[in-house]
Amino acid sequence: MEKLKLKHLRAIRWFHWINFPLLGLMIWSGLLIYWAYDPYHLGPIHFFPDWFYSALNIPQRLADGMGQHFFFAWLFTINGVLYVAYTLISGEWRLLVPRSFSAFRDAWHVVLYDLHVRKEIPPQEKYNAAQQITYTAIILMGIGSVLTGLAIYKPAQLNWLAALFGGYSMARLIHFSLTIGYVAFFVVHIAQVIRAGWNNFRSMVIGYELVKDHE
Amino acid sequence: MNKRRNEIILPEDQLRADLRLRTRRSFLIGGIAAVAGTGAYTWLRHQPREAYLAWPERRVLAVNAKIAEAYVSDHHLMPEYSLQDVRYLKPNGDIGLDDDLNDSPWQVTVKTGNGAPDVKVSLQDIKAMPKVDQVTRFCCIEGWSVVSYFSGPRFSDFTRKYFPPGQALPKYVYMATPSGEYYVGLDMKSAMHPQTLLAYEKDGKPLDDDHGAPLRLVIPVKYGIKNIKRIGMIQYTDKKPADYWANDGYDWFAGL
Repeated sequence: MEKLKLKHLRAIRWFHWINFPLLGLMIWSGLLIYWAYDPYHLGPIHFFPDWFYSALNIPQRLADGMGQHFFFAWLFTINGVLYVAYTLISGEWRLLVPRSFSAFRDAWHVVLYDLHVRKEIPPQEKYNAAQQITYTAIILMGIGSVLTGLAIYKPAQLNWLAALFGGYSMARLIHFSLTIGYVAFFVVHIAQVIRAGWNNFRSMVIGYELVKDHE
Repeated sequence: MNKRRNEIILPEDQLRADLRLRTRRSFLIGGIAAVAGTGAYTWLRHQPREAYLAWPERRVLAVNAKIAEAYVSDHHLMPEYSLQDVRYLKPNGDIGLDDDLNDSPWQVTVKTGNGAPDVKVSLQDIKAMPKVDQVTRFCCIEGWSVVSYFSGPRFSDFTRKYFPPGQALPKYVYMATPSGEYYVGLDMKSAMHPQTLLAYEKDGKPLDDDHGAPLRLVIPVKYGIKNIKRIGMIQYTDKKPADYWANDGYDWFAGL
């Protein structure tokens, strides 16, 4: 016997899918801005090589980038705030936030399980410990992006905020690093979605997942 | 069907049919939403432009500026540093630096409006005012920033000296190079901010041409583009002034 089980609430599905293009636009317009001063390296890796900029038609678009960045920042922030508020009010946060330090050990076991090193996956509710940590971290990163963004946008009026992040230059570096973090998240997220399969992906669209009925 | 149910338990064929229906419906709604979103973005990008930016982007920049300007305060300061933190400041812009000086010796023309005659202010007059040594971060709109050291009187002191007493200050200040090739518009609150200087010295020495000799604006609460070099004219006005880089797609306010 099979049944349909509600997995993702409607509001959360909307927040998720609205966030996807908005974050994409923030990263894109951010790149247009970053091009104008691109000092960051990771060892020999330069963010970013010239071929990368020219392939994406990024050069000479600073004003265009700022026009879009400070437009979509509103929508990105509003959507994020509503999502967090909704998870708090609906109680969903209880399933999303790791509630003990054992989550870190469990998350490690989930990773080993995913890599086929371990045979058993730790017991879980809706989300496993690795998901809980990731989905909580991504929200903290989002908050970090908004706050470091404000710190770079208004370092005089919000000088206390810039100081909190170690000053203007440091706030810009953190803002950039968080963006690289989203890209890394995206790669792993897509890989996991592919691995989890159609039934799981579909549940992020329709809300329900087809499961075996054990009762 | 629309009511949220935690579980849907139906006979096999009905369950399959229910799942098919839900899938079709949700993907259709999702598809419509994706098309609508793409359409909205395409619409935005094809709107008539105001000084290079699509007008809705301009409008939002103006809203952001309004919020920021309301928050601007004489107590919100750019951090100040010690002289050891000063680094090389790239003289990025040279627009208007070929301009001949109005007069020899140089004088700045001050227009206070209301039919009052222009006032000519000499460098001697400026140097006679209380001098402020200031080490602040100079932030270029490109994203780089460097701690720099400039000296000169506060623009607020200058205004108190040359703007007719008893008159309400207008909303804006406009400054231009001697031939008007480069020009900036400033909101009065930022212009009157205590860190806004009319600088005639950099690193304790008279300004060189690259940095805007003989007199430039140092306004740390704005991006570098507003820190106009080689000032030839200062005008107090209620009409929102033109701004060189705002005409080229940048934010008119450009405040930090």
